[in-house]
Amino acid sequence: MTAAAAKKHDRTPRIGANPRGVVLGTLAIGLGLPSALFAAVLVLSPVTKPFMIDAFIRNVLGQDPATFGYRNLLYGLSVAILAFVLINFGAIVSGMTVWWEMRVSSRMQSRVGYNRVGAGGFFQWVADAVKLLLKEDLIPAEADQLLFRASPYFVLTGFALTFVALPFGESLIAADLNVGIFYLIAVTALVVVGILLAGWSSNSKWALFGGMRSAAQVISYEIPAGIAIMIPVLMAGSLSMQDIIRAQGPWPWQWFLFTNPASLVAFLVFFISQLAEGNRTPFDLPEAESELVAGYLSEYSSFRFALFFLVEFGNLWVMAAIAVTLFLGGWQVPFAGPELFAELKGTGGMPGLGWWALQIVSMGVFALKTLFVLNLIVWVRWTLPRIRVDQMMVLCWKYLVPFAFVAFVATLLWQILLVQVPVARPVTGFALVGATAVVAAFFIRQTRRNIAAAGDRVDLTNW
Amino acid sequence: MEKLILRRVGMDHPDSEEMILNFGPQHPSTHGVINFIVETDGEVLKKAVPDVGYLHRSIEKIGEGVAYPGFMPYTDRVDYVAAMFANEGYALAIERLLKIDAPPRAHWLRAISGELVRIASHLVSVGTMAMDIGAFTPMLHGIRERETINDLIEELCGARLTYNYHRIGGVAFDAPNGWRDRVLKFLDHFDAFLVEFDRLISFNEIYIRRLANVAVIPGALAIDYGLVGPNLRGSGVDWDLRRDLPYGPWALPEFREKVKWSVPVGTGFMGTPGDCYDRYYIRCLEMKESSRIARQALESLPEGEVMAKVPRKIKPEAGEALGRVESARGELAYYVVCDGTEKAYRLRARTGSFTAMGIIEDISPGLMVADLVALIASLDVVAPEIDR
Repeated sequence: MTAAAAKKHDRTPRIGANPRGVVLGTLAIGLGLPSALFAAVLVLSPVTKPFMIDAFIRNVLGQDPATFGYRNLLYGLSVAILAFVLINFGAIVSGMTVWWEMRVSSRMQSRVGYNRVGAGGFFQWVADAVKLLLKEDLIPAEADQLLFRASPYFVLTGFALTFVALPFGESLIAADLNVGIFYLIAVTALVVVGILLAGWSSNSKWALFGGMRSAAQVISYEIPAGIAIMIPVLMAGSLSMQDIIRAQGPWPWQWFLFTNPASLVAFLVFFISQLAEGNRTPFDLPEAESELVAGYLSEYSSFRFALFFLVEFGNLWVMAAIAVTLFLGGWQVPFAGPELFAELKGTGGMPGLGWWALQIVSMGVFALKTLFVLNLIVWVRWTLPRIRVDQMMVLCWKYLVPFAFVAFVATLLWQILLVQVPVARPVTGFALVGATAVVAAFFIRQTRRNIAAAGDRVDLTNW
Repeated sequence: MEKLILRRVGMDHPDSEEMILNFGPQHPSTHGVINFIVETDGEVLKKAVPDVGYLHRSIEKIGEGVAYPGFMPYTDRVDYVAAMFANEGYALAIERLLKIDAPPRAHWLRAISGELVRIASHLVSVGTMAMDIGAFTPMLHGIRERETINDLIEELCGARLTYNYHRIGGVAFDAPNGWRDRVLKFLDHFDAFLVEFDRLISFNEIYIRRLANVAVIPGALAIDYGLVGPNLRGSGVDWDLRRDLPYGPWALPEFREKVKWSVPVGTGFMGTPGDCYDRYYIRCLEMKESSRIARQALESLPEGEVMAKVPRKIKPEAGEALGRVESARGELAYYVVCDGTEKAYRLRARTGSFTAMGIIEDISPGLMVADLVALIASLDVVAPEIDR
């Protein structure tokens, strides 16, 4: 075979194998779309605060905010625009996560993967969404019509509402609720209501199985997750997402994950519980394909199916963002303490360019950490088998709940210790980061050896 | 019929709280079209009754309608995951009727191609089993290796799935130039792959806990239900036709002298002998043995013809013959009754998957829905082999 013929038949999933126009177009949209969304969040979330709108009314419109007739309208309009941007952010992040997951899984499974629509098949999620929207919206004759139609919206609401309290950067949060994390746990529970309704109203035995499994699973795992969340809350002394992040530092040894030996355990408990609550492998029991066909999704098609799918993948971002907030230092930027933020912001109405630049950096830090955790979840999914229903319950009640309680009590004692011996905090931070680095080094060495033993070349590409 | 099934699963009480579930015929983990009528109480099975026949193509009847050589392509369809053995069993039966024997090189090629196909079939089996347990990656790794075997077999006989490679009195084609080296190269790679595969899934903690001590089939029960092959050996019964009732190449003294191998038997690797994990892991061990057999056979491949002198018109004397081979799914036997014409008077195929289906009803009570999937996967049933 000549080189040209070899190239023609080359079906390897290399992105560079596409025509240049396609690559550039994909890159432009693939980077531009999230950038535009992040930019919209960046601009809108600080600007749509009431005091900013009051300042706008006072300085630009020249009216007194207290007596201005359209003030409430402006408030409502700004919130509506922000909500629109955030829900689009959720939807598009969800679509891109599908692409990411499929590329990573195809790399793990030695197959070609998405490579048709755009460079690297990047627009496959758009094509899938369009296809699903064009499909017939089939509702089984025996189904409970109302609940069957309504349940996807419960799921979507539970997902969309999380973005209200999800931080993006130092000042970038739709509403820094003082009960932020509590609110997040509360609204994500709505998702299980939707799934249970879907399972029940489909009037299909498979769907019922899936719905029941999901209810049992999510309700059980909310307990260890809730207790594990209490540990960073205890350490920060606040339920607000931003305050929890502010209590941590930019460097790994200042993260809650490493500043307390118990919170390492709490992180594991939290991570496993989040996998279970998000119905991800090894806890994908509610939609276990090989057992329940498609679980609670069995009877859904078209737009309603697309909504379930959107939420399932969009939730990955939410899960990862919560984990980053609670344990991994959130958006904290190195060498930029709260003083720098305050200094750059100044005292006037509109902050200066330096402040905006710092916001962009904090947003980037947060997004990168979130993507890292998200990638971890994807790796877990394509590595592990599924556990059984009874094992799922045993894992929750016999292991995670006791461990979470132990970590909780240990954290209480730890906080008391810190008052007496403040140096314990940095010492633990450095020690645990060091230990983690050593474990990671051993892991990498062993992996390299295993790959070499199988006669393969070490290839670190993720997709 | 429906009433009969309802009575069999104990659903003739209208006020019972159990639920009847049609597990199939279109279900992702029934490995083809099989239906299980499952009675469940929540997640726990009361009973699962297999309902077979969705893939019945009356292959045995066809065997009575076509001339002896013409039936060979049909045998591929008896078990399309390991068609080489379905070929071999039929060829063996007719050779016994004709009282001829294939030349040594043909025997060697039968053994080598058979072991390669056994590896390919077991790769599908362990891969789909991992997939049924919820791990998708091992399945595609298995399929990737099987693809190479398909390429090698394609070089040998031009087909990747329905081989039609065996002939009455030998094999259709000799191995092409360089084939031997390519197979040896693949086997080198494959031995390393098996180690990696074990690390990927066999020794995964979740996987072991899902399979160990689940759906235990004691050896005596396995014999009672006529389980064969890896399913029987997984239950700790040391029985392999290639060793205990040698046929074809396995009966040749020079082959037995040059090819040394052993029969892996389930000993409760991670739990009880005869559990799902044993039936799974026995296949991993068998792949290792098959690789060993194929390597030794390739290294001692004799020169010569690949077809015996066979009459143009195959017209055996009246009589009957049984061709038993150790297929990837256990004993596969063709029983042929000849009335002295060009066509069989009666042809019957005895397959491992069919008997394996019978035991599910007995083993299923008390399992969970997820365990039923593991049980079906661990028995490695292939729908066409059940129904033929």
